[in-house]
Amino acid sequence: MHLLLTKDLSIEFGGLQALKDLHIEINNREIVGLIGPNGAGKTTVFNLLTGVYLPTSGAMRLEGNSIIGKKPFEINRSGIARTFQNIRLFKNMTVADNIKVSMHQNMKYNTFSAMFRLPSYWKEEKKVDIKAREFLEIFGMEDKADQLACNLPYGQQRKLEILRALATKPKILLLDEPAAGMNPTETQELMEVIRRIRDQFNIAILLIEHDMSLVMNICERLYVLDYGHLIAQGTPEEIRTNPQVISAYLGS
Amino acid sequence: MGYLKKKTGVYYLINAVLVFLLFFVLLNLINNRIINRTSTQILTLICINIILAVSLNLVTGVLGQLVLGHAGFMLVGAYTSALFTMNIGLDLKIAFPISLVLAGLMAAVFGVIIGIPALRLKGDYLAIITLGFGEIIRVIANNLKITNGAMGLSGIKSLSTTKNPSPMFIYAYALAALTVFLMFTFGRSRHGRAVIAIREDEIAAESMGINTTYYKLFTFVLAAFFAGVAGGVFAHQIGVIDPSKFDFNRSVEILIMVVLGGMGSITGSVISATVLTWLPEQLREFSKYRLLVYSIILILVMLFKPSGLLGRYEISIPKFLDKLFARITKKTAKTKTGGA
Repeated sequence: MHLLLTKDLSIEFGGLQALKDLHIEINNREIVGLIGPNGAGKTTVFNLLTGVYLPTSGAMRLEGNSIIGKKPFEINRSGIARTFQNIRLFKNMTVADNIKVSMHQNMKYNTFSAMFRLPSYWKEEKKVDIKAREFLEIFGMEDKADQLACNLPYGQQRKLEILRALATKPKILLLDEPAAGMNPTETQELMEVIRRIRDQFNIAILLIEHDMSLVMNICERLYVLDYGHLIAQGTPEEIRTNPQVISAYLGS
Repeated sequence: MGYLKKKTGVYYLINAVLVFLLFFVLLNLINNRIINRTSTQILTLICINIILAVSLNLVTGVLGQLVLGHAGFMLVGAYTSALFTMNIGLDLKIAFPISLVLAGLMAAVFGVIIGIPALRLKGDYLAIITLGFGEIIRVIANNLKITNGAMGLSGIKSLSTTKNPSPMFIYAYALAALTVFLMFTFGRSRHGRAVIAIREDEIAAESMGINTTYYKLFTFVLAAFFAGVAGGVFAHQIGVIDPSKFDFNRSVEILIMVVLGGMGSITGSVISATVLTWLPEQLREFSKYRLLVYSIILILVMLFKPSGLLGRYEISIPKFLDKLFARITKKTAKTKTGGA
């Protein structure tokens, strides 16, 4: 069974067919790339998968269960986490708190114990604080834990967003242009990190990216979108030589 | 992290001691008639306004939703509690606390009713619809028989008497302290983090598994509950209530306390509620110009410090003491080494 499957997924905005009959499958522990020229509908795919948009028609299944019509927070809890193209951190919260927000769904103490500071509050808060700092260690950011997120440099903000998504314990992670605005060294480092995340957390990763060196290096399979249509799929090697893809990118 | 917990414990203790200390000082001054009746009344009103401001701060400052109908919830609470104590025939000492709980619950029920449709809206639209709600409640109270229409309710008995001037103050003070404590602990919990996350970025919060609708409604209802309780104390303190006491101006007054103190700062709300209750009483001769002064203050604050006097900063006396001690020990250590 596929981890994530979409079948004939389509969405229209008014008269605009943003996505037509999208069919993708993602297996466990796979790193899959979603590429295409600007305006091809890549982020729309993410917004559909995370419940921000409701598809006009088609099916989406996570581990065989339909996720159509579920709210974004329900979809996140069932195992899909994402990052955003334009960073959306909780800017005026500390770095550690950003991660703790994601852990909220796995915490148990109720409002009453919180407001009257019952022992369960102290116990769980202590545990989550240690865990949040452990997460930061993945990117070596543990010393930044108590800073406000808005004070982080750009590259680390991107990394924090990935960590925040990971902290929701996803089965599949959607990365929307993780390397945008990074220099080649940072991109190189990011590639290592994406692989490490997959191995350490045993999750699948679907990523949108324009940086072809990154895509061709780490993705095991690629899907190519153009004007809302899937024009090609296959290994990076196949995609590289696919005439349709070349014409979509360079014009024919 | 055990270290942090220990320290937080000490901080809580210091704050509790300070709150009790202030309470006993004020209580003794009132009981020994050093603070006169009028001033006691003002102190009680300050406490009531602290409850109102701090609870509105939860919605406006922490959740980040502009609400202009807080007086509506206060009205619901005031009438509920007044009607209960006037009609139940119990001893006021027992009836009053029960009536406050009922006042809060009733206001919370109204909070749910108005919150479910209203919280679908954001920003200015939410402000308008809550403003409308506040006015609707007032107009309904103006026309119902049970609320005695525009005449309002009079002869609501107060616990305070000439012989014993302090009970209302004790209630108001204890409730204000409790409200501040609960708002603080709520804000610094997983639930509070969820609410702040919604303020910071609603889409991201929802994508991280936060049920935004639930938390928005919960916060709104929680604030309504406290506004209702404050209304209950207010009714019994004033003795006479009519719908015009809970009009749009009242909502704006509470909002001004929040904005002036700094949206998101509890201590800011406490300070500005204190000042903005005390000041108009001192300037009674100029009461005609009160709204004028209010608007000028607001404009000035918005011009020079848009985030309010304290912004999101909290004043913490224990932290201050901590720094002070640290400095003193450093100094003594220096002089010691210098001497040697």
